[in-house]
Amino acid sequence: MNLKVPESITFAKTGFCPGCGHGIAIRLIAEVMEEMALTEKLLAVVDVACSSLAIDMWRFDTVMAAHGRPIPTAVGVKHIRPENPVMAYFGDGAAYNIGMAETVHAALRNDNICVFVVNNSVFGMTGGQMAATTLPWQKTVTSPYGKDPKKYGTLDITKVIGQMDIAYLARGELSGAAGIEQSKKMIKKAFEKQLANEGFCLVELLSECPTNLGMAPVDMMKHVHTAMAGYFKPGEFIDKGGSGR
Amino acid sequence: MGSSKAVLDSSRCKGCGYCVEECPKDALFFGKHTSDKGYTTVELNEEACIGCGVCYRVCPDYVFEIVEATE
Ligand SMILES: Cc1ncc(C[n+]2csc(CCOP(=O)(O)OP(=O)(O)O)c2C)c(N)n1
Ligand code: SF4
Ligand code: SF4
Ligand code: SF4
Repeated sequence: MNLKVPESITFAKTGFCPGCGHGIAIRLIAEVMEEMALTEKLLAVVDVACSSLAIDMWRFDTVMAAHGRPIPTAVGVKHIRPENPVMAYFGDGAAYNIGMAETVHAALRNDNICVFVVNNSVFGMTGGQMAATTLPWQKTVTSPYGKDPKKYGTLDITKVIGQMDIAYLARGELSGAAGIEQSKKMIKKAFEKQLANEGFCLVELLSECPTNLGMAPVDMMKHVHTAMAGYFKPGEFIDKGGSGR
Repeated sequence: MGSSKAVLDSSRCKGCGYCVEECPKDALFFGKHTSDKGYTTVELNEEACIGCGVCYRVCPDYVFEIVEATE
């Protein structure tokens, strides 16, 4: 067996913290693009949060959108370049807090783009504030006694857009080799669906942010598999296949 | 599978420990090596490695390559 990180990875020394799941997600996308011979065609849109650091790590043509707006930006890019695969790559705070309206309406329109949401349960870049995805009783800098579920809900995207007429909705975890391989299959399926013009594909990737959860990376990796994947169940929730747009 | 081996570029390692935790053969460990960034970097006991690729898959910093032995 030979395994080698794709040519599209630059190996630039990035700002990602030790154990950050973004690095894993980026490799998976790069591998899928290599396998599908799309590396030079992919048009990527990232956010200003920690996903912005991907710009130095991959050799994809990339646009950086305003915080929370990679989806409308990607929709615009897709309208102009319908032949190219287009993805929005960003965090849960951007996708489900500040950019939630855009996320829901792109799903409602079944826009033909791939959306990859790296869910680390906090606002990472700004220092670990509570997000919609923060688990009940999880402590953050803005919920020092834990997130009280009576005051704040916890947002599961599959319950929001899970009944909509979209092409694909899945959740994987960036924890452990098996979970990571499963996530890669989901990413690949999403791109295949975009190429088949099936419409909106969203893959959420449960991810590590050891810095802001105040955990040693290995403990954080286990937390993703136990607490986070326990609450946010991994799986495929919508897999339409060929229904067209 | 036994003919493949992990090859490391430990200068990229940030010492998260995912590979050490997940390697099924306990072939990876932290010793005294540190990188120019100051991270304690992972080391490989090549004898124990079976080239399974788990380290390649879990590493967020692209330290590993799995190479098939030619002989
Ligand atoms: C319009 C706007 N609002 C808020 C911010 C501040 N801000 C920058 S990054 C960020 C949080 C990002 O969290 P998330 O989207 O979950 O991504 P992560 O950094 O965790 O990968 C916030 C609130 C901003 N830059 N622009
Ligand atoms: S703050 Fe969190 S999400 Fe951002 S680079 Fe560090 S570990 Fe990754
Ligand atoms: S290839 Fe497998 S056995 Fe070898 S170091 Fe990596 S995880 Fe361990
Ligand atoms: S997973 Fe990668 S970065 Fe983390 S300790 Fe192992 S080699 Fe270093």
